[in-house]
Amino acid sequence: MITEGSDCVVRFESVGLRYGLGPEVLQDISFALAPGSFHFLLGASGAGKSTLLKLMYLALKPTRGLISLFGHNMATTSRRQLPALRRRIGVVFQDFRLLHHLSAFDNVALPLRVAGVRENEIRKHVVELLTWVGLKDHVNIRPTILSGGQQQRVAIARAVIARPKLLLADEPTGNVDDRMAMRLMHLFEELNKLGTTIVIATHNETLVRRLGHPRLRLDAGCLDTDTPDQPAAGETAAGAFAAATSGSRAEQSSESAA
Amino acid sequence: MWARRSDLPLDHDALGRFLPWLIAFMVYLAALALAGMLLLNTMAARWDRGMGDTLTVQIAPADTPEQDALRVRATLGILRSIPGVARAQLIDEGRLMDLLEPWLGPGGATKDLPLPRLIDVELKPGAQVDAAALATRLAAAVPGTAVDDHGVWLERLIRLIRTVEALATAVLLLIGLATAGTVVFTTRTGLSIHHEAIEVLHLIGAQDTYVARQFAGRALAMGLRGGVIGLVFAVPTLLGIGYLAARMQAGLLPDVSLGPQHWAALAGLPLVVAAIAMVTARLTVMRTLARML
Repeated sequence: MITEGSDCVVRFESVGLRYGLGPEVLQDISFALAPGSFHFLLGASGAGKSTLLKLMYLALKPTRGLISLFGHNMATTSRRQLPALRRRIGVVFQDFRLLHHLSAFDNVALPLRVAGVRENEIRKHVVELLTWVGLKDHVNIRPTILSGGQQQRVAIARAVIARPKLLLADEPTGNVDDRMAMRLMHLFEELNKLGTTIVIATHNETLVRRLGHPRLRLDAGCLDTDTPDQPAAGETAAGAFAAATSGSRAEQSSESAA
Repeated sequence: MWARRSDLPLDHDALGRFLPWLIAFMVYLAALALAGMLLLNTMAARWDRGMGDTLTVQIAPADTPEQDALRVRATLGILRSIPGVARAQLIDEGRLMDLLEPWLGPGGATKDLPLPRLIDVELKPGAQVDAAALATRLAAAVPGTAVDDHGVWLERLIRLIRTVEALATAVLLLIGLATAGTVVFTTRTGLSIHHEAIEVLHLIGAQDTYVARQFAGRALAMGLRGGVIGLVFAVPTLLGIGYLAARMQAGLLPDVSLGPQHWAALAGLPLVVAAIAMVTARLTVMRTLARML
């Protein structure tokens, strides 16, 4: 849902961004995300989806306009306050950005370690989540040994392990098959049910149609909103999840063998 | 401060392997400079303490041994009558020859050489004896006597020692600065090499201190490792120098062996260098990260 008001998780007002002296890659972006909402961010390649997400996860500063996260105006928020805000945001990067010298376990454990969670609790939660995303047998494997799809799942597990209030995912299902894609989408929906606000940038129109969540559409740096189509009967997330989980073991074992 | 585990592959970069050896070299030099400084300090204090309460009276040689004996007896009589004098002792000829041997060579000082007679005067602790007045009094009674309170010589020697000490301190400071500079360079390079991993840590909510702790822990470990290596090489060097100095002493040099307190100070060097490395790394990381978003 796009709402107005100060209780929004994310609020952009006339935000513009340009790199150096180049043209504006984002122009007059204005939207607000209510707590617990689920949005797809759509747009052609180069439309500015990743840039918009970067502004939302505080990797970039806008050249104009106002960004507000969790009620904090980013223009007046000190650098010292940023880590606390970032801990409330989970990010699935398009290129995963896993730390290759660390095992899958240690990569997923990072947000908890950064937050000062005790090691015994970390172990329990991380193993549980890695098992859920089908990487139980890859806990101590480094990302360089993992396939693209497995790396993506590690990246997703890292993004959700700390139960973020806002989850931003840039093409989170780009390297997995449809079954795993639906399984991961279900994970996002479960998180969403627990109150996490979710924004997923994707090209996968099939997935978007199936899940039927509201859409933010970027076109040449400008943002528009789409009315969601009703998901087709039997194409709800729950239905898709049931289908995905039934085949997940086979998929998991085939990846383990690989 | 000690990082038990690191999220950054700091030990795998080439700089990580090079830093301990550089620190080892610094500690080796610092150990030599510190040992020199401590020895000079001890030496100056000992001379200051030992010479401050002594005088030497020199009696010019007379024509005959009998006259020499009379003059010595008269001088000793006057000296021993002075309240501040604890002891006045004629330095025998054998000892006099030994003292002259380094300059004249073995057998260089013969009986034929007219040598002044020397009286070693030890003053009572805290006693104030006016050396100039004593010299006048002695010269009046025994012409050709001179009094040396070692003041000029001692003052010059101690000034020289203090200068060398200041130089050694400056060397130590320079070594400390060079160590800090090296750590700054390697830390900045490390920050640059691991920029992407650090950015990921930041984006998942790591504070600057979290990243800085990992660099500081690494610098501490490397400082300790390098410090111990440097000290291991410095100890035999210092023992060798002490051995050579002891062999060539022959009355020219005072005892220059290191005492337990000196060894303890040297043992603390790796800790000090490691602490410098740790603090420098932490400050460097904090300052560099403060410029990031």
